[in-house]
Amino acid sequence: MSVCTSPSDEGLTRRLIELTEAGLPLVADPWAWLAEELGIDVDETLALLQRLQAAGAIRRIAAIPNHYRLGYRHNGMTVWDVDDGEIARLGALIGAQPFVSHCYRRPRQEGWPYNLFAMVHGRDASDIEAYRNQIRALLGSACRANEMLVSSRILKKTGLRLAGQRRA
Amino acid sequence: MDELDRQLINRLQHGLPLVRHPWEALAEELGSTSEALRERVQALLEDGTLTRFGPMFDIDRLGGAFTLAALSVPEERFDEVAAQLTAMPEVAHNYRREHCWNMWFVLGCETPQGIAESIARIEAETGLAVLNLPKEETFHVGLHFPV
Repeated sequence: MSVCTSPSDEGLTRRLIELTEAGLPLVADPWAWLAEELGIDVDETLALLQRLQAAGAIRRIAAIPNHYRLGYRHNGMTVWDVDDGEIARLGALIGAQPFVSHCYRRPRQEGWPYNLFAMVHGRDASDIEAYRNQIRALLGSACRANEMLVSSRILKKTGLRLAGQRRA
Repeated sequence: MDELDRQLINRLQHGLPLVRHPWEALAEELGSTSEALRERVQALLEDGTLTRFGPMFDIDRLGGAFTLAALSVPEERFDEVAAQLTAMPEVAHNYRREHCWNMWFVLGCETPQGIAESIARIEAETGLAVLNLPKEETFHVGLHFPV
């Protein structure tokens, strides 16, 4: 566990992931609950959470909405074949657009020519089509081909689960 | 869903503050009480408006790994293969997408080796080739749905 500052942090972090993988209990004093489970005191628990969040190992302790339920029924994974020499600049530009929720460079594979991925969400099909067109305009001639893969069903949405996995 | 629910959903997508008494801090901010807010979060989880409330770990930063991968599943086997993936704890999310690569899923494992093993297992159990697309660079991640 590369960002952890000590071996004891590493063990505590794994326990923390397992304890909260189904969610943080909605108790009045969640850090006291965690402290009790981890066998450390509450100030140490809070300090551990702060260290992990500062290091990016915890992004945030947050609510994950079902975006379909909130009216964001349309989700498009736009994929682009962008000139390798331009992708650093253009990836940053596309990632900075307010309608893009995730933006990554990924490898091309046999039968898969796309190296830039940008996820867009909207309340209507026309919203995500418009976002795709805006991205196309920003990429201009540096992009050879693109597609938008629209999601039609959530098959699973549990998030990270370590407890049930086979240990190496 | 009333105005306080909306404020709570918007606020909690940004995260609980890492202060000694986070629910009290939030209650003060939203003009409510710790107990009322927690009851509302519980109700939003129960009715499916929220799918989870808790820490979001970036396993990459902890020596683990995520990858995005896809399968091209014959229509008549789609539900069967979806159930096989649902049964695997390594599969964090799975979506149907309208494309010849019609099943897109995220694997999250404690080690990079765990990803390779999961992919090998999926290929062996389904008889289908996995398109593995691990991220090489993150330009942006910040999912937020204002309501």
